[in-house]
Amino acid sequence: MVVDVRGLHYAVGGRPIFAGLDVQVRRGRITAIMGPSGTGKTTLLKLITAQIPADRGEVSVFGEDLAALGRRGIYALRKRLGMLFQNGALLTDLDVFENVAFPVREHTDLPEALIYKLVLTKLQAVGLRGAAGLMPGELSGGMARRVALARAIVMDPELLIYDEPFVGLDPISLGVILRLIKHMNEALGITSIVVSHDVHQLATIAHDSYLLSGGRVAAAGPPAQLRARRASDSAAVRQFMTGSEDGPVAFHYPAPDYAAQLFAAEE
Amino acid sequence: MSQRGGNDLLLEGVRRLGAVAIFLVQLLLESVPALSRPRLLVHQIYNAGARSLIIIMLSGLFVGMVLGLQAFNLLQRFGSEEALGTAAALGLLKELSPVITALLFAGRAGTALTSEIGLMRATDQLTAMEIMAVDPLRHVAAPRFLGGVVAMPLLTAIFSLIGLYGAQLIGVQLMGVDKGVFWSQMQGSVGLRDVTEGMVKSVVFGIACSLIAVHEGYHAEPTAAGVGLATTRTVVASSVITLLLDYVLTAAFL
Repeated sequence: MVVDVRGLHYAVGGRPIFAGLDVQVRRGRITAIMGPSGTGKTTLLKLITAQIPADRGEVSVFGEDLAALGRRGIYALRKRLGMLFQNGALLTDLDVFENVAFPVREHTDLPEALIYKLVLTKLQAVGLRGAAGLMPGELSGGMARRVALARAIVMDPELLIYDEPFVGLDPISLGVILRLIKHMNEALGITSIVVSHDVHQLATIAHDSYLLSGGRVAAAGPPAQLRARRASDSAAVRQFMTGSEDGPVAFHYPAPDYAAQLFAAEE
Repeated sequence: MSQRGGNDLLLEGVRRLGAVAIFLVQLLLESVPALSRPRLLVHQIYNAGARSLIIIMLSGLFVGMVLGLQAFNLLQRFGSEEALGTAAALGLLKELSPVITALLFAGRAGTALTSEIGLMRATDQLTAMEIMAVDPLRHVAAPRFLGGVVAMPLLTAIFSLIGLYGAQLIGVQLMGVDKGVFWSQMQGSVGLRDVTEGMVKSVVFGIACSLIAVHEGYHAEPTAAGVGLATTRTVVASSVITLLLDYVLTAAFL
């Protein structure tokens, strides 16, 4: 088990985000975390990467309880994982090459010639060796995400975390990112967590999936299975998997009566 | 009710002051390892210092010229125009150079620092560093803070130099004060203590303005409005603190 979340409770400003969440990520597999917007998918990633502490419950990564780790321990643990941010989060004052080289320069004393080769290898893996000299501002959204992926794998992490990797991509870039996630998992054996609400894309790559709703796991299992057993699932799961407007997640934000509000404005 | 409101305001003020003080201690602790990366530090000295040179030099020239004109006009009433060099040097070295340099620094380099760090926060760059096990306080905040602290005294010295030239330009070239008298009077009555006073002020202002700029950027709300507000706060807080500290330091040196 690479990530083990048990009985997790977390609240923001008194509003509970998670109430007894259990999620397990197995080694060498791609695990999808799905759920409608606002269910705390990104918050879960923050908890797993120790950016925020859990209120109650246990979050273990690589078998280590995050709550028991000090600052040094957390930094040591983070060296074993990579994360791909939604917007890439490339350092804007460095070019593509230096962005990918950044973690290597920070954590190792490798000679410059070796860093050069290492960075080029990773850029080649994401198809952007030719863009090494460009600045982040000159890249498209899909390219920035691929550079960020090269940076995330440059230290050969055991765990890769993708935060909404499919958002805002054209079909070609989307296909490239999907292929890369699969490749990283199959060729390099990297355990992956993919957070997304794109059910169809996830179904093509994920081995396991968790559907979050109301602060708990509403459904878990292989994505294909989740889609197949709609009838037996809760209304929330059915609505999410089918993308229906009607269901527990309402289209309208709570509001006073429509007609009454319109006529009240006239008076 | 108003008593309670006043207390809350006071508490909030003390809380913020405490937060800035803790941040300063963290910065100083991280500054030691930051010194081992001279490339980063030099880059920040260039950013805060070299890029402020034009505005500092231009302002220094004009302030010196105005000082030359006003001081000449005042001294002429008492028939002591020959003291112009002394008046200009003391005014510039002890007061005008450190204070105006700090105010210009806050407006030029301080705002750049705040908005840069604030935008790094808003675009997840600082979080990305933390996930890569790189402390952004050490890598981003400390070199920028040190860069500002080193740049301020250098800019102040340049401001003084150009200011003196400006005063000389008006006093000697335009108003006809004797060149030899202008410089010799200055040399005779300006002591090392006067220069030290200005330099100490510039170092203190450098610490205060850089600390405020980096702190505001580092803790800015990660939105467009949040970064804008933080930038404004940098200018306002730096200016007020500079003037307050100027009074305290002047009193201390008397």
